[in-house]
Amino acid sequence: MSIFEYAPAPESRAIVDIKGSYGLFVNGEFTDGHGTPFKTVNPATEEVLAEVAEADASDVDAAVKAARKAYDKVWGPMPGRERAKYLYRIARILQERAREISVLETIDNGKPIKESRDVDVPTAAAFFFYYAGWADKLEHSGYGSTPLGVAGQVIPWNFPLLMLAWKIAPALACGNTVVLKPAETTPLTALLFAEICQQADLPPGVVNIITGAGATGETLVGHPGIDKVAFTGSTGVGKAIARTVAGSDKKITLELGGKAANIVFDDAPMDQAIEGIVNGIFFNQGHVCCAGSRLLVQESVADEVLERLKRRMSTLRLGDPLDKNTDVGAINSAAQLARIHELSDVGEAEGAGRWSPECELPANGFWFPPTVFTGVSQAHRIAREEIFGPVLSVLTFRTPSEAVEKANNTPYGLSAGIWTDKGSRILDIAGRLRAGVVWANTFNKFDPTSPFGGYKESGYGREGGRHGLAAYLKGADA
Amino acid sequence: MSTRIDVRKTYKLFIGGAFPRSESGYSYVVNDHKGAFVANAALASRKDARDAVGAARKAQSGWAGRTAYNRAQILYRVAEVMEDRRWQFVQAVQQSEGLSGSKAERVVDEAVDRWVWYAGWADKLAQVVGNANPVAGPFFNLSTPEPTGVVAVLAPERSSLLGLVSVLAPVIVSGNTAVLVSSYSRPLPAVNLAEVLATSDVPGGVVNILTGKAATVAPWLAAHMDVNAIDLTGVAGDAALATDLEVAAADNLKRVRRAPAAEPDWSAEPGLEPMTAFLETKTVWHPMGV
Repeated sequence: MSIFEYAPAPESRAIVDIKGSYGLFVNGEFTDGHGTPFKTVNPATEEVLAEVAEADASDVDAAVKAARKAYDKVWGPMPGRERAKYLYRIARILQERAREISVLETIDNGKPIKESRDVDVPTAAAFFFYYAGWADKLEHSGYGSTPLGVAGQVIPWNFPLLMLAWKIAPALACGNTVVLKPAETTPLTALLFAEICQQADLPPGVVNIITGAGATGETLVGHPGIDKVAFTGSTGVGKAIARTVAGSDKKITLELGGKAANIVFDDAPMDQAIEGIVNGIFFNQGHVCCAGSRLLVQESVADEVLERLKRRMSTLRLGDPLDKNTDVGAINSAAQLARIHELSDVGEAEGAGRWSPECELPANGFWFPPTVFTGVSQAHRIAREEIFGPVLSVLTFRTPSEAVEKANNTPYGLSAGIWTDKGSRILDIAGRLRAGVVWANTFNKFDPTSPFGGYKESGYGREGGRHGLAAYLKGADA
Repeated sequence: MSTRIDVRKTYKLFIGGAFPRSESGYSYVVNDHKGAFVANAALASRKDARDAVGAARKAQSGWAGRTAYNRAQILYRVAEVMEDRRWQFVQAVQQSEGLSGSKAERVVDEAVDRWVWYAGWADKLAQVVGNANPVAGPFFNLSTPEPTGVVAVLAPERSSLLGLVSVLAPVIVSGNTAVLVSSYSRPLPAVNLAEVLATSDVPGGVVNILTGKAATVAPWLAAHMDVNAIDLTGVAGDAALATDLEVAAADNLKRVRRAPAAEPDWSAEPGLEPMTAFLETKTVWHPMGV
């Protein structure tokens, strides 16, 4: 039924050389892990991509020791302007190898190539470039210039390389060394990043990458040899980490879940708003902690917004993530797909109206069609719980105050959107929303200079911008 | 002619702008530094703590909604009224802490000056800790600080006035409201301060003061789901209790200002950290040119 037929336009995967198996990256070298190796698959095809080592407690310990030694002997004493040059080198190599990294990210994660190519990889390079410049200017930051030591960092699978950049770039710029654990379903770009560290001649031990699942992460954040825990992931795990580090001197930053309200007023610029709603929830298959998963529409325009939204959703192209025309890629894992199915079924059972455009799902791999639920009340689980998939819940409101009250009626507070052409209303609503990032007449924008992070149970600390330095400097509050 | 019998004061809690006794009916004996009886202070209970959180929550958005200039004037007014009652505080500090007259005077002067110092921060903090962000695109992008919300404050055990002011003023200057647990053994300066706050245009509920034991009241505050942050300074040196409170605080991811190993030197200039510990950063984006 689409107006335009598209010929397949797949990006070639020949540029990527995926090895049969991968070890851990400790002290500048790839080593065997002592845990039970696990497989990482292409979620779009279920093809096994590689076998990856699992770090056990002894491996974690070795990585922390390597990071400590590098901190004490090399990275800590190194002048900021020299550290900066390593980070600039890394930024440049990320740009030089951008195409290769984008393809690998899409294969391992399932996200559309146009997103890994246009968002993930360039933004990751930009983070290194931005924080490189801070390394010799920290005394001007307002947070001092004393590093913490060794940072233990655990990142999620939704933006594998970009989250790595958010974690490693500021840590290194401030003079810390790191042990980073990527998610078990998306380890490959982190391991490619390890090679990039070798290409950049980064001193051994400054960056250590250990792979594994939850147990490896737990061992890392509980390790007495680290001075800092940085975690991005679920609120449940974030709370467990906060309990683990209680009573220690470890500094901690948490970037957790969200249930963002995207508020559309009757005077919104409607074309942009529809694009913003679609981008807000279907970008990266909705695997975004700041996704605009609750659409709050003013009652008087609700019918119009829904009709236009559905029309726009009908033009979304779901399928091969490597195809340059694909808008919606694969769900990252079978487990995540099951979670999305479960909550969507609950939404239907609780009485919300479910709609998806006609859309053929590929036979293999993990897929979920763009879905919208109407007639959702604040009590519905799909309005309260993070689905982390391409599922939008639509609620309505009459007055600005009602919109604010509904938007804030959640334990989360990561992000929010406002759509209206009235400037004074934007500033008023933006001030009353309890959320760390407010996008007005735009959504899902990220930049290395712009602090990102949540209120309430969406975590604490900020990543990005000058504020992001506080997480990695002594004495500075974060 | 008979000698005049002095009229003694009842030391009560301070919740929502009122001075109730503990709902539990309990009080405890407060002695001076030599061990002589001074007064019976109210012993705050779990229910008092919950009432105080309710009052603090109710007052929070209104207080945060005041202009920074207005909050500055109110904090300065606290200093004015305290200065006016200088001798009362000197006597209370002497009684509680056993300091000499001149030392107690210095402590009170420092406490008054601290209010003045923090008052000045109200309308400068956003300029110092907020900033514009030069994003790579046509967007207006601004990061500003906002108060975290309701903050539980465990005031220091030893420094009954200067330490108390040093943990309270930085919390409320930015628009947070506070539920403060005073020093257990030296609670009376805190009650005197409550009386100053009640007459300084500080809206009811912005500061709530509980006299009692941190070990019994603080666990309820640390676990309370409508408290956004907790300052553990008052349990300095009690690592086990501090850890328990931090674990409880994780249930709703409260921001935790950890307890130091020992009570700090309160005469040092505080810096920004006591304020920034209870701030959130909000970043607002808007397109330009479309």
